[in-house]
Amino acid sequence: MADNNQGQHKSFYEEGGKGIMSWVYTLDHKRIGLMYLVSVLLMFAVGGILALLIRLELFRQGPTILTAHQYNQVFTLHGAIMVFMFIIPAIPASLGNFVLPLLLGTKDVAFPRINIFSYYIYVIGAIIAIASIIFGGVDTGWTFYTPYSTGSGGKVIWMVFGVFVLGFSSILTGLNFIATIHKLRAPGITWSRMPLFCWGIYATSLIQVLATPVLAITLLMLIIERAWGIGIFDPAKGGDAVLFQHFFWFYSHPAVYIMILPGMAIISEIIPTFSKKAIFGYKAIGMSSVAIAIIGFLVWGHHMFVSGQSQFASMVFSFLTYLVAIPSGIKVFNWTATMYKGTISLDTPMLYALSFLFLFTIGGLTGIPLAALSVDVHLTDTYFVVAHFHYVMMGGTVIAFYGGLHYWWPKMTGRMYNETLARLACALVFIGFNVTFLTQFILGSKGMPRRYYDYLPQYQTLHQVSTVGSWILGLGFLIMVSYLLASLKNGALAPANPWGGLTLEWQTSSPPPLHNFEKQPNTKIGPYDYGVPVPPKKPGTLEGAVHGTSS
Amino acid sequence: MAQAVDELKHDHKHDEHPWFFHHHFTDVQQQFDTAKLGMWTFLATEILMFGGLFVAYALMFSMYPEAFKAGHEHLNVNLGVVNTAVLIFSSLTMALAVRSAQTSNKRGIIINLLITIACACVFLVVKYFEYSHKYHEGLLPGIFYSFPTDYVPHIEMYFALYFMMTGLHGIHVTVGIGLLTWILLNAMKGKYTSAYYTQVEMVGLYWHLVDLIWIYLFPLLYLVS
Repeated sequence: MADNNQGQHKSFYEEGGKGIMSWVYTLDHKRIGLMYLVSVLLMFAVGGILALLIRLELFRQGPTILTAHQYNQVFTLHGAIMVFMFIIPAIPASLGNFVLPLLLGTKDVAFPRINIFSYYIYVIGAIIAIASIIFGGVDTGWTFYTPYSTGSGGKVIWMVFGVFVLGFSSILTGLNFIATIHKLRAPGITWSRMPLFCWGIYATSLIQVLATPVLAITLLMLIIERAWGIGIFDPAKGGDAVLFQHFFWFYSHPAVYIMILPGMAIISEIIPTFSKKAIFGYKAIGMSSVAIAIIGFLVWGHHMFVSGQSQFASMVFSFLTYLVAIPSGIKVFNWTATMYKGTISLDTPMLYALSFLFLFTIGGLTGIPLAALSVDVHLTDTYFVVAHFHYVMMGGTVIAFYGGLHYWWPKMTGRMYNETLARLACALVFIGFNVTFLTQFILGSKGMPRRYYDYLPQYQTLHQVSTVGSWILGLGFLIMVSYLLASLKNGALAPANPWGGLTLEWQTSSPPPLHNFEKQPNTKIGPYDYGVPVPPKKPGTLEGAVHGTSS
Repeated sequence: MAQAVDELKHDHKHDEHPWFFHHHFTDVQQQFDTAKLGMWTFLATEILMFGGLFVAYALMFSMYPEAFKAGHEHLNVNLGVVNTAVLIFSSLTMALAVRSAQTSNKRGIIINLLITIACACVFLVVKYFEYSHKYHEGLLPGIFYSFPTDYVPHIEMYFALYFMMTGLHGIHVTVGIGLLTWILLNAMKGKYTSAYYTQVEMVGLYWHLVDLIWIYLFPLLYLVS
């Protein structure tokens, strides 16, 4: 990770000191973001390998490579790792940490010490949660439903306590970003001139701060219930098992938006940059993020249509769930409209953004039948639900995350990756994903229940197709790992602005200096003012182009 | 050359920054406002965390009002009143400590913080006597409930909530004592003046929240009817 093309400036890699200690004690948001990035990618790899094991087990009827008990533990760990250790911190804490202060034209996040503190809490929480598998495993599923989770064998307390600790990391990141966005914007970056990534992260942070404490107290009650049998979630003792579900989903449904909003935030940056066109409906996209955050708090009951909650409550939750479709739809239409008559270049980040549009739309649309009371009764706990949330979470957030990773990779590392291999990997991921999960919609609608170790013969073909899809997906990610690692050593040096973007991070060198900007960045031009002052140049040849460093 | 001079000036200016100023802020006021916003956000998370317990309380109380009534009769209302008074008084001294910091009154900060810490300790000592009384009587939650006479169905649920709510609050009081001691030590070193009192104010906000939560816990647990 050598010097950037401008030569005279040192990057934060050199300025912040060398050696492992310069990372351990760092307060620099860029280094903390990178440490988060390595950690979440590691978690993604572990969770991904577990997913491959699940798919492999389901390749044939009957036992294949795992026992039924191991299978339960593997899907629990897959869910817990992917949700709590990968996808929730993935975009905000890694890419967000690195990019948010750059986009706002500031030197750091509001509270750098809290930032590094949150990272260590994350590491400790992850270690505690994963330790549960060494000491006996957990087979409750990532939702820890009572009464099974209070009575089942295994190390539920370890896992739950780990998730409890991870929650604090999430709260502190959200708190830090809220304060940063409110108070640390550079002069000229008003609320209505803030890049849309910041709006998305802001909405995400609000949910992190307001929902996660409820998860914390819920998990604490679950631990106490399991340890001392207080009975608050135990109907036999006069408690209420459904209360746990209410509490859990009061966090975990908004948490779905903690996952998807940052993904949408990345897409809002990639699409204008690669269409060289002003974003269509800036205010609508920004406000729809906040609208999703608010409505997201009022729909948790749609996870509980078959739990025995009152029919009236179900009706209200169903109606409110439909409402979420409106801001989501606004976003999709605005992104599409942004591309209309734009000068589109199909570089890898844009390919991911287009994949996102396609997959997220499928994920969103299949949510509508699930929000319908009568249909949901048929589809609850089937593979249809599994496919739906994988289309939103993986087809949406994870694809957007990798789009963002490719988009900001030159900024973060100062190196370009191999574009051909990157496009190939993107194509494999896209194809593999659809082969894996489109089949699961069919499986689910035919009645295949989720979390089952075995199945009836009529489901075998579709399960096999799905498993083959998971291999294509795995291959795509393997290729990605190889060319990204290779780029660190042999990649071409990245220019300051490889994509011709107008947001502030492209005004500083790649990688940026320790204090982010050598001089106050130029905020006179809005983040999406494409085409007006300087005609766009061809991507990849943007030495000093667009608004560059002139001040 | 001109650039070098500029850089020198910049470095010089950097040295003149007061000890509490962090380089990534534009000025001291911005730093103070940011800290305050962060603290209020944190307080919101605290309210939501306790909110879960309040919801659980509301649900269980609506299901078993008799058990909650029977349960609260085992509590000593007088001790609860004493603790409420002690905490409200400590909120006053905390506010006075912040005021003293704003007016650079070092002695005022130290005395008021000492009183606040003393009140917090009194609160915990009273709580200790209340807890040990219940321990000896067997009025404990869940599997530990062993009070022999006058069993009202689901009375354990009341004690489960009693111990969880007051326990979590007690942890917050203990953390508060740590924070108060930390700013007391800083105050003794003369760190807080009208130019910088952010830490005193933030700990003050936290302490007021701890008091506020108790003001809700007291009637819910001690004054059931």
